[in-house]
Amino acid sequence: MARSMLVISRQAPWSGPSAREALDIVLAGGAFELPLGLLFLDDGVFQLAAAQQPAQLEQKDLTANLQALPLFGVESLYAARRSLAERGLDEQALPLSVEVLDDIGLSALINRYDHVITI
Amino acid sequence: MKFAIALFASPHSPAARRALRFAEATLAGGHEIVRLFFYQDGVHSASANVVAAQDEPDVAAEWSRFVSANRLDGVVCIAAGLRRGVLDEGEAQRYRRPAANLAAGWELSGLGQLHEAAQQADRLVCFGGH
Repeated sequence: MARSMLVISRQAPWSGPSAREALDIVLAGGAFELPLGLLFLDDGVFQLAAAQQPAQLEQKDLTANLQALPLFGVESLYAARRSLAERGLDEQALPLSVEVLDDIGLSALINRYDHVITI
Repeated sequence: MKFAIALFASPHSPAARRALRFAEATLAGGHEIVRLFFYQDGVHSASANVVAAQDEPDVAAEWSRFVSANRLDGVVCIAAGLRRGVLDEGEAQRYRRPAANLAAGWELSGLGQLHEAAQQADRLVCFGGH
């Protein structure tokens, strides 16, 4: 059976290439139909903010790529409730369908995966 | 045990030294390294152009010797490498850059290599993530 991998994306989309590069790992694995999950944690939840204007920073918009994840076979998307709350993001108003987890849920999630990569 | 080892941080970070010492200890302990995979700023440790101060360890050079001497499968993510100017001869020609700088022992390839290594290894050990 294929080994599962959880990618934990912890960086804001404007902080450098990390958000993009975490997403690229997930997209590459999705192409191989591997069991993958993507968790938005800490500043990573800013990737889920609505109405971003990355062009102001001469950056590309990741939002469309995130929304394409289910098309790549990646449907296990998670966000940390505490991270969202700390940053004033309304979990009911996220532009992406993610499962919002509390701290106990996070720990169970991480334990479920064979491999974990944090970026 | 079979290990896949991934490095995400730059050659002057403590994580790059830890990854190298871990890889050495893996082989010394009789284990197997199925693949080394350098991603994000980790790709700089596969550059032949890194110059360390005389009284500091030359981690990039040590990596190159380690990979070559042990005939390891050392892969640098091509997209992360291009973005940061770590090029082999083929990519330098393709993008008309004046020089290639990928150190001996390494090859550029895609993220699929990370996933393949994770499938083959008992443990994927990452260094320098955030």
